[in-house]
Amino acid sequence: MFEILEKRSLNPTVTLMKIHAPRVAAKAEPGQFIILRTDSESERIPLTIADYDRNAGTVTIIFQIVGSITEKLNHLSVGGCLHDFVGPLGRPTETEGLKKVAVVGGGVGCAIAYPVAKKLHELGVEVHAVVGFRSSDLVILEDEFRSASSRFILMSDDGSAGEKGLVTDALRKLIESGEKYDRVITIGPLIMMKFVCGLTKEFGVPTVASMNPIMIDGTGMCGCCRLTVGGETKFACVDGPEFDGHLIDFDEAMARSAMYKPFERKAHEETCNLFSQEVK
Amino acid sequence: MPDMSLKKNEMQVQQPDVRNKNFSEVALGYTKEQAISEAKRCLNCKHKPCTSGCPVQIDIPAFIAQVAEGNFAEAYKIITKSSSLPAVCGRVCPQENQCESKCVRGIKGEPVAIGRLERFVADWHNAQPEAPAEKPASNGHKAAVIGSGPSGLACAGDLAKKGYDVTIFEALHVAGGVLSYGIPEFRLPKSIVQKEIDGLKALGVKIETNTVVGKTISIDELMHDEGFETVFIGTGAGLPRFMNIPGENLNGVYSANEFLTRINLMKAYRENSSTPIKAGTKAVIVGGGNVAMDAARCAKRLGADVHIVYRRTENELPARAEEVEHAKEEGILFNFLTNPIEIKSDENGWAKSVVCQQMKLSEPDASGRAKPVPIEGAFFEIEADCVIMSIGTSPNPLIKSTTSGLDTQKWGGIIADENGLTSKNGVYAGGDAVTGAATVILAMGAGKKAAAAMDDYMKNK
Repeated sequence: MFEILEKRSLNPTVTLMKIHAPRVAAKAEPGQFIILRTDSESERIPLTIADYDRNAGTVTIIFQIVGSITEKLNHLSVGGCLHDFVGPLGRPTETEGLKKVAVVGGGVGCAIAYPVAKKLHELGVEVHAVVGFRSSDLVILEDEFRSASSRFILMSDDGSAGEKGLVTDALRKLIESGEKYDRVITIGPLIMMKFVCGLTKEFGVPTVASMNPIMIDGTGMCGCCRLTVGGETKFACVDGPEFDGHLIDFDEAMARSAMYKPFERKAHEETCNLFSQEVK
Repeated sequence: MPDMSLKKNEMQVQQPDVRNKNFSEVALGYTKEQAISEAKRCLNCKHKPCTSGCPVQIDIPAFIAQVAEGNFAEAYKIITKSSSLPAVCGRVCPQENQCESKCVRGIKGEPVAIGRLERFVADWHNAQPEAPAEKPASNGHKAAVIGSGPSGLACAGDLAKKGYDVTIFEALHVAGGVLSYGIPEFRLPKSIVQKEIDGLKALGVKIETNTVVGKTISIDELMHDEGFETVFIGTGAGLPRFMNIPGENLNGVYSANEFLTRINLMKAYRENSSTPIKAGTKAVIVGGGNVAMDAARCAKRLGADVHIVYRRTENELPARAEEVEHAKEEGILFNFLTNPIEIKSDENGWAKSVVCQQMKLSEPDASGRAKPVPIEGAFFEIEADCVIMSIGTSPNPLIKSTTSGLDTQKWGGIIADENGLTSKNGVYAGGDAVTGAATVILAMGAGKKAAAAMDDYMKNK
């Protein structure tokens, strides 16, 4: 069992948790993920590692409440335990040889983009962070990003935080103004990453996208998380989760991620109903 | 005087049109009377040909003689001298190619139903009140076992009985490996697997689930930092193969591993499961092995019309005859000499149909089986909103890529000698991780052999 040591709401639908998992903390690197189950009947869900503390033996996760299991997860409190917590899985972010990087995050994807920015910043890499949210009440990790970057640009769809517009608008301006990046690292909704990769391809800037497809085991056994990269089938869990953004078939990835949408919606509603009955 | 009837005692099974709608066990086992009657068919041959056909050399005539006398406890003792998982092997061993294929009674008529008798004895034992487990005195040596499938369980059990402090590391959240995530409930009830695992725990074996060796911790760290003197690698062959044909990544296309894992490990067949599965209304299973039969029979139970497509003929099917028979009885259709070349999509990105090429057999290939070759221009389409690729698996490269000095074959199998010793001192391996996908009993046998070699190594260290 894996104890919840800290819980914090970052915005109405995004929660941070610090989990006691010494074996995972000992090995975790930015870019990797864990799989957890809330209880003995729970689905296995993958979440990217947001932070870790090797000395304290803790791993931080940040999740958006979107389905049945994240709803259940959000109902657990400090002192409670997760039934299962396994990792670190996948390959870490490659940082070697980088001098100047733009980290482009969207929505809850910023939770994953932040540790990458932080690691690069600590390594002495010049980091420009471009993050986007729908509106000001959904902004997370703003201070953290500011302290891990030499340039920070906040975008929102409605203009209620930072500049109004999309992350691709900001990134285009940066590149057109003469900023030369060795690499763009993008993490966020598939549609956002697709457009970021389209933009950087236009300018010939190498780009890595972090994929978060549906998974079961996370060790290469089921092939559920497969995607097409450069015409080849890859498994996000063992070959990724980060891939060359210019080679990913995003349309296929988007179709695959929608495979269980109706089921998820129904399961989430049922879980919410269950919790609201308990409250009554 | 032996019973000279030419036929085996029938074993009761759930009727096909009933069982193809539920996940309860298909075969119901012998009664005491049936078991004794079947045991009396054994000639008790002095040269024991059946035993020579058993990968772990169970003294088959001796245990059957005890069954014939009604001494089931004694029969169980004899079996467990050689086998770690009798309730499992009695169900899933391909006896028709092993012990029963050597039975003298099989020359004229049917062989003695050795598998059914093994299953009876194990089930009888499991139904008895629990005797308090005797935990052997510790000898102070530590051994690690990676993977809790058949080879790992067998290895851990034998080492624990000798007093070793054994820890099994398992990547998933439950132990059992393929017995838990692969073989369906209706062929191997999970309560039986759990019973075997509980038995190991009673012997003092520790099981650390949620630990991916190669990620969470490496073999080198287990040996240097955590004090394990020997390590057994029983990580199986879990990496699914795909055909690399167009449309294979469409929604509704699964590897057999994913399909079976959702159903068996995550219980997706249950109404209230939090893990979904879509078996569709028309399922096509590609492949002809036992795993293909399992996937087909699961899809049928979830309400789909099921086709198995296989590129050779019925004679070359690698699956056990009994599995094929059961599948047919349950209404699964077979398309032989058929090879998929494309999966077509509907407008929403879901599989709609499988385009197949008609094949014919020609000269034998490297495997010794007649090679299927395409009949030019002969194509047809099968409607399918669910397609399951069951064309084999290979060993996971994770251990190889994270263990210094561990040699593997080009195709990924770990290189080990006849006792399981790898190229790395103190590290042993066995089962599918070494041989590629094979059977439960061969894996179990390899685990036992390695346990004996690890015992020698640690005693003489």
